[in-house]
Amino acid sequence: MDAEISLRVDGQTRRLTVDTRTTLLDALRERLGNSSPKKGCDHGQCGACTVLLDGERILSCLALAVAHEGAELTTADGLAPDGELHPVQQAFLDRDAFQCGYCTPGQICSAVGMLDEVRRGWPSHATPDLAGEPELSHDEVGERMSGNLCRCGAYANIVPAIQQAGGVRA
Amino acid sequence: MKPFAFARPGSVAEAVRDVAGDPAAVFLAGGTNLVDHLRLGVATPERVVDVRTLTSREITDTDDGGLRIGAAVTNSELAADRRVRERYAVLAQALLAGASGQLRNMATSGGNPLQRTRCAYFQDVTTPCNKRDPGSGCSAIGGYTRYSAVLGASDACIATHPSDMAVALAVLDAQVQVLGPDGERTVPFTQLHRLPGDDPSRDTVLEHGELITAIDLPQLPATARTAYRKVRDRASYAFALVSVAAVVEVSDGRVDDVRIAFGGAAHKPWRAAQAEAALRGRPATEESFRAAGDAELAAAVAQPGIDGGNAFKIPLLARTLTAVLRDLTTPEGSR
Repeated sequence: MDAEISLRVDGQTRRLTVDTRTTLLDALRERLGNSSPKKGCDHGQCGACTVLLDGERILSCLALAVAHEGAELTTADGLAPDGELHPVQQAFLDRDAFQCGYCTPGQICSAVGMLDEVRRGWPSHATPDLAGEPELSHDEVGERMSGNLCRCGAYANIVPAIQQAGGVRA
Repeated sequence: MKPFAFARPGSVAEAVRDVAGDPAAVFLAGGTNLVDHLRLGVATPERVVDVRTLTSREITDTDDGGLRIGAAVTNSELAADRRVRERYAVLAQALLAGASGQLRNMATSGGNPLQRTRCAYFQDVTTPCNKRDPGSGCSAIGGYTRYSAVLGASDACIATHPSDMAVALAVLDAQVQVLGPDGERTVPFTQLHRLPGDDPSRDTVLEHGELITAIDLPQLPATARTAYRKVRDRASYAFALVSVAAVVEVSDGRVDDVRIAFGGAAHKPWRAAQAEAALRGRPATEESFRAAGDAELAAAVAQPGIDGGNAFKIPLLARTLTAVLRDLTTPEGSR
């Protein structure tokens, strides 16, 4: 069954007709030609499909497109609209934070959303004092990024890259 | 995925009428479990009714000093709320021990307690499962049982409830506000989930078409301290092997009152009434804590399995309970 929807993707309004079963991930990749979010597990377990939905990181493989009429989506592609890299993207280059690169767009969107959560004072499982303000320690970054798997095992460089983008001095 | 019609009615009442009037209709909120089930063929609705933008996304103070959590409040928002962090630490800790940052941004307060078991056989439509396909048999019995129940299981089903949040809500004596086709009703959270018995297809006492609209947290006594501890196979982003939620009030080295619930142990968040009774009025010592665990776990039954079974869960629950109570009854414990 088809439905007409409108999405704002990386700053552009896109209208499309989708089958009600279409996920945001498939709408982006198969219908709108944006291959930045990746299909890893397609079950919400790997994080490769992470995009920002109205500024918050979510899994596009578990979101029905038809349920997000009018939503504002930002993919890793849209973080560098004029070719100028986002600080998180630059940090991934500076710190050699990837190998094959398949999980990288999801890692980067997740890191952008996560840094904003830290700025808003949101705690995590690794926050020592729930009443206090979180810091961007190694343990905090690891815990907060646990929804993004990297089969190459680039974690050792991903954590410092995110700390760099978050203003932590090495 | 089977085709389905999609609807977003104009109001919660309309959504309830819509689903109640169609046996093949389901509610959709955050979608983190349902969308996966649509893809796996575990859920095959003909109509999906989106309520995510219809129910409240506010956390409000109630007249009796507690909080009302709107059903659409996300798990992230709830865990980050200052009032929850300061007054209901057990709930913030449980939420933050569950899932990942992305999933917590999607999952809702109404949907989280209604997520379904992650029993591998329930999610695999090629295997018999009484919960998914009543009468077909239980593949978990004698199969992979590491995540199976040790309390309250039946010959029909040995699945566990996967939610961390629900274990915290069980010790907070939360009240669930439900809207159905015949109006509103309030369900005590500890009575929301069922044991499997001979009908494991039903996880909760909710009727088809009934929708959770809010969850109320009563005020805790001023001296109460609370905590949630989860034990899992990896440090993050994994379901519980076991977990313990507790609310404790101690004075002069004695346990005045205590509420305990186990996660990863049963078909529902398991309120440990035997342990609570064994501990009330007793000295706050390791000996009492161990005796409380023994009282509750006397009825525990381990499941043998091709993965070595889950007998380890019984002592693990006892030790986790002792550790949580020790932390909560020493001066530096969390609130």
